[in-house]
Amino acid sequence: MSKYHVSTTINGEPTEFLCEAQQTLLDVLRDELHLTGSKEGCSSGDCGACSVTVDGRLVCSCLMLAVEADRRSIETIEGMAQGDKLHPLQQKFLEHAALQCGFCTPGLLVAAKALLDRNPNPTEAETRYWLAGNLCRCTGYDKVVRAVLDAAAEMHGE
Amino acid sequence: MSTLSYKAPSTVEEAIGILAKASGVAKVLAGGTDLLVQLRSGRIKPDLIVDIKKISGLSGILEQDGAFIIGAATPGAEIGECEALERAWPGVVEAANLIGSTQVQGRASLAGNLCNASPAADSVPAMIAARATCVIAGARGRREVPVESIPTGPGRTSLSPDELIVEFHLPKRPPRSADAYLRFIPRTEMDIAVVGAAVCLTLDAGGVCTDARVVLGAVAPTAILVPEAAAALIGSKCDDKALAGLDAAARRACKPIDDKRGTIEYRTKVAGVMARRAAAIAYQRAGERR
Repeated sequence: MSKYHVSTTINGEPTEFLCEAQQTLLDVLRDELHLTGSKEGCSSGDCGACSVTVDGRLVCSCLMLAVEADRRSIETIEGMAQGDKLHPLQQKFLEHAALQCGFCTPGLLVAAKALLDRNPNPTEAETRYWLAGNLCRCTGYDKVVRAVLDAAAEMHGE
Repeated sequence: MSTLSYKAPSTVEEAIGILAKASGVAKVLAGGTDLLVQLRSGRIKPDLIVDIKKISGLSGILEQDGAFIIGAATPGAEIGECEALERAWPGVVEAANLIGSTQVQGRASLAGNLCNASPAADSVPAMIAARATCVIAGARGRREVPVESIPTGPGRTSLSPDELIVEFHLPKRPPRSADAYLRFIPRTEMDIAVVGAAVCLTLDAGGVCTDARVVLGAVAPTAILVPEAAAALIGSKCDDKALAGLDAAARRACKPIDDKRGTIEYRTKVAGVMARRAAAIAYQRAGERR
């Protein structure tokens, strides 16, 4: 059967791939492009472990066909650190121990970055509502929320 | 082995041509937040997916003399960011933004919420209360119909296989009028309505209700417009007596199912409460407007 040719940009790099119609963006990121930071949790858009941004919008990559990525700009967790330098959110997640098993962490970081890109000074309530689509079964969320708020404060230079 | 194909036409006419010529099951893809879940679970087995997001004009919001045109594939996040729309139709915006998570809002559309035809769809009662219409394009031309004429039962719509919704129209909001949408879920986020209630009303200069629309979700096979509940508000200042009449009429209109989200008895009672609270919010909003 015929495959679809997709030209896209992933973490700033022009990228091309071939995919089948039913493959999700998550399938292609993980299995074809070997960007395995994005995780497959529920495959139904409930857990947020596969979060990426598409043209700046936060989405679940399990709820998007790979072929839809044509001529879009995708950002994944792999694009977050600059070389060895962690993003302030990544650093604060470590400092606050905002992870245990780590499965939800890439999705939470991508979602939190999308929040701070849009709203550099969110309240605790705004942070909790924004991250409501990212499930974590380890931390109880409190450490995650504190890490995000602390990262926001640091990025302001407070 | 799957034989699914994907097409992303660049015009509405091209999309209709593809749908009209499709030999197997064709599905229209907007945000995909319902479609992909159904596709992955095997609940639907389409032969063709027609992505409408590459058609210019099908995403975006246009204000025209106080009325709004919302492209069928416009994501919820964009609806929530449109301040003029939120000022004019706060109930429609709050309903659209209750659908799913931030991630789902990045993709989910009004047309998808309507055509998925879940009785619990959040945006649908609010759109009906606001007298929204949708423009449907098909092989026999275009027609504009009220939103309430689309869903015919759970998962079923009145659209022909060659038709798709291209845009929604929200009328210019009359003076001293406002809408509100409330849903009941056992928590504050990430759930499907046990009951939803939308109320849109217009007041005269003295604060008396002159026009009302009351719509309930998740208590019947489709969202239901309840004129008897609206009649209880008209001529009143939405005082306790009028709200009690609204509550009773809303409960009488319910034909819910028993399921894990709520029993028939529970849903019926909550429908009255949600209608009353949504009416009180709409009344307050309308009173703050000139």
